[in-house]
Amino acid sequence: MRRIRAAAVGTVTLSLVLTAAACGGGTSGAGGSNDQPKTLTYWASNQGASLEVDKKVLQPELDKFEKETGIKVKLEVVPWGDLLNRILTATTSGQGPDVLNIGNTWSASLQASGALLPWDAKNFDAIGGRDRFVESALGSTGVEGKDPAAVPLYSMAYALYYNKKMFADAGIKQPPATWDELVTTGKKLSKDGKWALGAEGSNLSNNIHQIFVLGKQHGADFFTPDGKPDFTSDGAVAAVKQYVDLMAKDKIIAPGNAEYAQNQSLSDFAKNKTAMVLWQTAAATFKSQGMDESEWGVVPAPVQSGKPGQGTGTNSMVAGINMAVFENTKNVDGAKKFVKFMTSDEEQILLNKAYGSIPPVKSAQEDEAFSTFALSPLREALATSAAALPQVPEESQFETVVGTAVKDLFADAAAGRPVTTESVKAKLEKAQQQMPKK
Amino acid sequence: MTTTAAPATGERTAGKNDPGAAPRRRRSGRLRRIGLPYLLLLPALLLELLVHLVPMIIGIVVSFRELTQFYIRDWATSPWAGFDNYAVSVDFDAPVGEALLRSFLITCLFTVLSVGLCWLLGTAAAVFMQETFRGRGFLRTLFLVPYALPVYAAVITWAFMFQRDNGIINHVIHDQLGLTDSPPFWLLGDNSFVTLLVVSVWKGWPFAFLIMMAGLQNIPRDIYEAAALDGAGVWQQIRRITLPSLRPVNQVLVLVLFLWTFNDFNTPFVLFGKSAPAAADLISIHIYQSSFQTWNFGTGSAMSVLLLLFLLVVTGLYLLLTSRGKKASDG
Repeated sequence: MRRIRAAAVGTVTLSLVLTAAACGGGTSGAGGSNDQPKTLTYWASNQGASLEVDKKVLQPELDKFEKETGIKVKLEVVPWGDLLNRILTATTSGQGPDVLNIGNTWSASLQASGALLPWDAKNFDAIGGRDRFVESALGSTGVEGKDPAAVPLYSMAYALYYNKKMFADAGIKQPPATWDELVTTGKKLSKDGKWALGAEGSNLSNNIHQIFVLGKQHGADFFTPDGKPDFTSDGAVAAVKQYVDLMAKDKIIAPGNAEYAQNQSLSDFAKNKTAMVLWQTAAATFKSQGMDESEWGVVPAPVQSGKPGQGTGTNSMVAGINMAVFENTKNVDGAKKFVKFMTSDEEQILLNKAYGSIPPVKSAQEDEAFSTFALSPLREALATSAAALPQVPEESQFETVVGTAVKDLFADAAAGRPVTTESVKAKLEKAQQQMPKK
Repeated sequence: MTTTAAPATGERTAGKNDPGAAPRRRRSGRLRRIGLPYLLLLPALLLELLVHLVPMIIGIVVSFRELTQFYIRDWATSPWAGFDNYAVSVDFDAPVGEALLRSFLITCLFTVLSVGLCWLLGTAAAVFMQETFRGRGFLRTLFLVPYALPVYAAVITWAFMFQRDNGIINHVIHDQLGLTDSPPFWLLGDNSFVTLLVVSVWKGWPFAFLIMMAGLQNIPRDIYEAAALDGAGVWQQIRRITLPSLRPVNQVLVLVLFLWTFNDFNTPFVLFGKSAPAAADLISIHIYQSSFQTWNFGTGSAMSVLLLLFLLVVTGLYLLLTSRGKKASDG
């Protein structure tokens, strides 16, 4: 009896423990087929205010595509938090959608898995050619020198949004253009329970976006040219410290922002609690939070103060969404037709307008809908001063480990613990050692 | 033995009247006796294999492989890593091993505290509810609410309540009662351990309560009456009758609570998201992060196997000790 009980307990233990390690193996296809030419499955990333909004925006376009081609597209809008894991699962099982959206920073990581159809010259020709796309957007479609793993669909860039009334009340005439100005201005704004700048300290991706730009400004890339992690260079440490110091030393970010990860900083901005946020295409969110367009302004994100030779003028990462085709799709021709449809001028204008983003397709970008006061600084940044995150296969791990290090440092700052060059370096050192060895 | 012999004799008698029929019947009877249990077990066995054993075996295989994003599409082609993943996991001087050890120790402390508190609260409430009083039914239902609620909904509500600037907990302890100088963080830093413990106990103790209540109802009332007649007080009754009678129930309850708490993934994941604060970095979420966030499935699997071995050893020792204790008390 005891043996049976022990065996039963053993089985229960086994099953409880190993679920985390479980990971199925799949069959690998080679370049897809045309076995099911009449249907496509599409995983769209959540772009709008909710999944329902996305369905409302996309469904009429999918119906239009079906009318034109006779191909029915089954739509599933996947929330951001789930998307990468869903793609990983689909990759291991081989049971994925035909076409999907990916965060453009994941391009190289997903390219390494071999799950996505490479966009060679022939495939690009099928959708009107590589030249149709803006160069900076193409920069985040995969490792340089390899055929891209995806095609740009929506582009975004970071800019500095500021609250006009809070600026006027503090007697500030000009929004800041450099980090020094931002800190000086910020100190005037941070009083009476109000704060100068918003941050999302617990959002790993956002942390990475911010410190990547600062890193560029300090001449750091976070990866060596041959793709090895390089998180502890002087420039990288300085970048992380400068960002966390906005809370720890300069005290222009509210300590509570250390636990923000669900865009709470945008709500604070809309409620006049925070005077500035560094964000990508925030106009639609402000509107949905009841803030009128006349209440805020937008300028390019700050650069370092003018000491020549200190770094480049990068002030944004190339943010955006790419569209990819699963390599083992059963409708490869239909999938390419669908990508062509979604990247056509007409659809690009319509969809990017709906989502408040900028078309990565040159001809569509010329539309006057993207020359508004809200979008011009973003468009300008994408054209001149935005840089793509490192296009290395380990990019998604970098987001996790370094994003977590910054999150921990924000937690230290919020709790009043000192944030020093040494503590920053130690956290980054640990992060680097957590990266998988090649 | 006697029961099986009787029908056999019967069959032999029948065989005399109808030669040829007996062996067939005997054979089909034996087949039924031996085969039927297996036949009935078969669907469950197959499902168990499919749902549990297959992923488990894959997990063990993966722990010996170097499985990263380069190979996830066809994991069988990933390079053989031997014991490398294990070596990395137990190298406590290097960051990966050090973090695993830290996470393991936190989990041990968390489990002891959580299981202890769940047991204490559950037992106290169950004993208390043995008395009949007005509103007992209502209280009993109320106590079971945390157990009946979907974990995700319940824990996310806790996460809202524990928010620093907008949560009700800081609103009460800081804004209304003025117990702290500044509103503390509950979802970041060292306090996150307390947060996790509160939610875990809140979620876990109704199960202990339920099981203890069922156990208590099995103790005959007349033993208490006899003890009372002999002059035993309430405390003596609890110590001498209730607790010893609940021993088998406790044995299972503590084991199940231990396993659930040690492996709890939902609570920290919903409370803190994908990267838990260092003070609340439970081993399940640590392994998840090692596997699914840094795409290092080989190391993550090795950590899982190590955890499995640890739990098997602890469970084995526990069963050994408790059954030995039982024998001693029986003797």
